[in-house]
Amino acid sequence: MKAGENSRKLLALALIWAALLLAPYWMAPLGGYTALGTRVLVLALAAMSVNFLLGFTGVLSFGHAAYFGLGAYGAGFALKFLAPSTPLSLLCGTLLGGLAGALLGALIVRRRGVYFAMVTIAFGQVFYYIAFQWSSLTGGDDGLRGFSRQPLDFGLFSVDILSNTDAFYYFVLFCFAAAVAVMGLILRSPFGRSMIAIRENERRARFLGIPIERHIWIAFTLSCFFMGLAGALYALLNNFADPRGLHYSQSGDFVMMAVMGGMRNFWGPLLGAAVFVVLQDYLSSITVNWMSFVGMLFVAMVLFFPRGLLGVLARRSAA
Amino acid sequence: MNVLDVDNVSKRFGSLVAVGGVSLAVAKGELRAIIGPNGAGKTTFFNLISGFFPPSTGKIFFDGADVTLLPAHRRVELGMARTFQVTEIFPELSVFDNLRIATEAANGYRLRFWMNREQKLQIGHLVEETLELVGLRTKAYRLVGELSHGDQRAAEIAMALSLRPHLILLDEPTAGMGDQETYEVTKLIRRLHQSGNFTIVLIEHDMRVVFHLADKISVLDRGRLLAEGTPQSIAANDAVQEAYLGKAA
Repeated sequence: MKAGENSRKLLALALIWAALLLAPYWMAPLGGYTALGTRVLVLALAAMSVNFLLGFTGVLSFGHAAYFGLGAYGAGFALKFLAPSTPLSLLCGTLLGGLAGALLGALIVRRRGVYFAMVTIAFGQVFYYIAFQWSSLTGGDDGLRGFSRQPLDFGLFSVDILSNTDAFYYFVLFCFAAAVAVMGLILRSPFGRSMIAIRENERRARFLGIPIERHIWIAFTLSCFFMGLAGALYALLNNFADPRGLHYSQSGDFVMMAVMGGMRNFWGPLLGAAVFVVLQDYLSSITVNWMSFVGMLFVAMVLFFPRGLLGVLARRSAA
Repeated sequence: MNVLDVDNVSKRFGSLVAVGGVSLAVAKGELRAIIGPNGAGKTTFFNLISGFFPPSTGKIFFDGADVTLLPAHRRVELGMARTFQVTEIFPELSVFDNLRIATEAANGYRLRFWMNREQKLQIGHLVEETLELVGLRTKAYRLVGELSHGDQRAAEIAMALSLRPHLILLDEPTAGMGDQETYEVTKLIRRLHQSGNFTIVLIEHDMRVVFHLADKISVLDRGRLLAEGTPQSIAANDAVQEAYLGKAA
């Protein structure tokens, strides 16, 4: 029984990676385009970071867009003011998001449940208004412009990721794969199991000698580093950083992707992000009210398939 | 030396005195039962000992060290483990994973992001040992949430044992169990007691269990210590008869 389960998991994993690796080839015939795939990857990484907390530690952050947005601004500032280097911009974005998360997380983890969610929203909005008001640095409502992603320089040769969208897709896929591999390894480690213990039963975890607050803080911080990376990639994708990327409605979108895809499943948020982005792309060309349709789908999902799309699929294949 | 020394502790919630000036000394290797009518403050008393919340007044010593203000997880590190009145487990995980989390936490791996093969094997070995001890080996890969009430209780006790404690606090280990399950759990507790490795304090309503297991009994009533002594002396105590046994019969 266990062997069968393992081989099914390996097969699913192979399918996911095959689909991602070949995306530029199968998306176009289906009416998609490569940049759409890149968007899915970036937002999926963000949704998976949110889910790292929500699905595996059991705490809901409703202000994670703040660290996403900080990642985007971090990357933008680095390209604009520091040096024209894509790796440096990713590093700066990741660090800015992660360090802000580490600092604020230390305050946030003292609260639990609804209060935790409220405090995360509040801190998120603080960053939104800073980005919105500090026009001289951030460009305010117009967003941060005047930078663009730079070719990847490998010494002997360089890869143009600015105009070659396929090359940029594979660059983002590489970053996504690295981040997701680290995430997966953490979840399979003793620390990851202690996160799941906190999700399952906080009281029991505490009386197993797990210092709950410290572990939630570490999980929160790690998730913010991943979020910062996603934000930095998003800035590179658009050559633009937008204060709306920090707004709590953006946080809500990430939570929606995670829940729609299946938050108890590692890959759920990827599927959720894909559905969200494709629907957004398709519906927004038909109606400006596309969000109400996505919203209806979300409500239906939560009511009828609380385990999310992947939760339903997993159950089907197991039965 | 006493494993547990509780010195005149009180706990007030607003104007309610849940525990009022209780002292208790439990010797190494002893099995102490705490009994008392509903609302006597037994579980509150347990919460004070295990560090769920600090006492309003009084002091608690564990192995001679003052632990009065120590948070729960630090007391666990010192070798104190507990179970709850309502079973507290990780229902959506397998029995093995439940015990693995406890074993890893107890062996200093809880903050590790990596384990080598040898360490994994060692943890697996310890988990197997504990499973054997409580008789759950055949159910290792079942989800704990799917087990019978008695087995869930055994799993919770196993999690406490995984912490390699020398003091175990059991809050109504046979609550809500049928005769057969009660018998199994009682047998398990007696086996632990007779191994001589543990000091055990338990809260229990089932008098058959109490008189069968306990070396000494402490009776709480309305937040105060009413009587303390051997099972025989408690059974013969008039005040206890009146407050507790009399009413029950």
